[in-house]
Amino acid sequence: MDIYAQNILDHFKNPTNKGSIKDADITHNEANFSCGDTLRVDLKIKDSKLVDFKFNGGGCAISQASVAILGEKILGKSQTQILKIDFANLKKYLGVPISERRAKCALLGLMTIQNAILKRQGKISKTWHDYLA
Amino acid sequence: MVFFDNAATSQKPQAVIAAVDDFYTRHNANIHRGLNPLAEEATALYESARETLRIFINAKYRQEIIFTSGATASVNLIAQTWGRKNLCAGDRVVLSIIEHHANFVPWLQLRDELGIHLDIINLDSQGRLDLVHAQKLLKQRRVKLLAVSLGSNVLGNVEINRMKNLRAQARQRGIVVLVDAAQAVAHARLNVQKLNCDFLVFSGHKMYGLTGTGVLYGRKDLLDNMPAWQGGGGMIKWVSAVDFETDELPYKFEAGTPNISGVIGLAVAVNFINTVGFDTIIDAEKKLIKYFLAQTKKYSWLALHGPHSPVDRLAVFALTVNGVHAHDVADILGENGIIVRAGHHCAQPLHDYLRTQATLRASLNFYNTTKEIDLFFQKLSQIHQQFN
Repeated sequence: MDIYAQNILDHFKNPTNKGSIKDADITHNEANFSCGDTLRVDLKIKDSKLVDFKFNGGGCAISQASVAILGEKILGKSQTQILKIDFANLKKYLGVPISERRAKCALLGLMTIQNAILKRQGKISKTWHDYLA
Repeated sequence: MVFFDNAATSQKPQAVIAAVDDFYTRHNANIHRGLNPLAEEATALYESARETLRIFINAKYRQEIIFTSGATASVNLIAQTWGRKNLCAGDRVVLSIIEHHANFVPWLQLRDELGIHLDIINLDSQGRLDLVHAQKLLKQRRVKLLAVSLGSNVLGNVEINRMKNLRAQARQRGIVVLVDAAQAVAHARLNVQKLNCDFLVFSGHKMYGLTGTGVLYGRKDLLDNMPAWQGGGGMIKWVSAVDFETDELPYKFEAGTPNISGVIGLAVAVNFINTVGFDTIIDAEKKLIKYFLAQTKKYSWLALHGPHSPVDRLAVFALTVNGVHAHDVADILGENGIIVRAGHHCAQPLHDYLRTQATLRASLNFYNTTKEIDLFFQKLSQIHQQFN
């Protein structure tokens, strides 16, 4: 199956949850320095649950579609549930094969969201190694 | 397969691969030691490669050819020996915005260590080095080094002839001139005695040789006055428990067992270039450059960074496709058998300057064809349609 399935291209062209939240509880930035992709996420948390999510950034179709699709999946979930998502789960959400060379593209969204929550909890942030090892 | 990533590394001729096989099968021994006939054989092959490389760039003396692991190691060697000895706080080093990280980071490291200033030559409106700006920078006081590339690995501009007078002027004023020939070496006849340079560096693998090979050319009197770089076997005259004396040139800068088979392969790569001939290479690449440039003009959704004129140009093309990120294009092209590179191509300062995160780069060698260029643009159009 093609990595550029219609689902990916649709989310790239018309991303859900793109934008920003004025009174966000957490704002966090990450970048993929190996390719220059950047991402900022805004999270609104109520009773430990994610009630609003927005992202902004520039990058390839995989990184942008990935964070858009992920956003749809995590809305309404608890912080603990969101932190449990791993690369295998993410691949299932995306529904396309992710080659090694595109792994970081696909993971940028997940890492940025999880590090946003970890930052708020005062915990150590994740690195690529934590997902790919 | 269409291989359009020659600026990253060229493909290897069968003769080069065979030379490595032959060395390990029939001549394998360590060089410059051993007092045995096999070691003598290996040494003779290694040293005859040095002579081949000397003739290739027309250096005056064989001692001026130092084998390194690549252009990166060559620049680091210069920065850490010549640089540390000859530069001090307040001195200026002039670079250009097209420099590869290999000719940027060693000087940034030295800036942090010594407190030197770095000045960066900008581009003109044509995407070539701004000669007026360069002249202005070189006229400042305390400029000690001009370290510039002969050709950009992103924009494809060639500065061999354009910068020639400026290099001469700089040297007249006592400024040492280092040229990075990594991109140019496979595409133009280089003559270190006419280039107006004191140091010249290049890698073997971009000129049909193997990875892990490279050359540092340095003017003999400069090399003589530089301290050794890495210490170890091969670079010493004698060692006692408390002292040592460095060996003579070029061994002073070749510590440890070198990449013997790689160096022998590099000489075969030079022979390959000589057999094809620079006239043929330049002629073929000029045709490819003209053809490629003509194609880029056909598409409104395609932007070419760098010079649009085929003069003083390499067949290196940095492109942006409207609405599609470079990584997506490179990935899809690759899946379709067209190998290109996407990213910042180890030239992040240049991409910051161009205000772009990543570009798509197609880089061709003489062995590529116009038919391959047609295939490339055909597929590129399809990708553009798919995303827009």
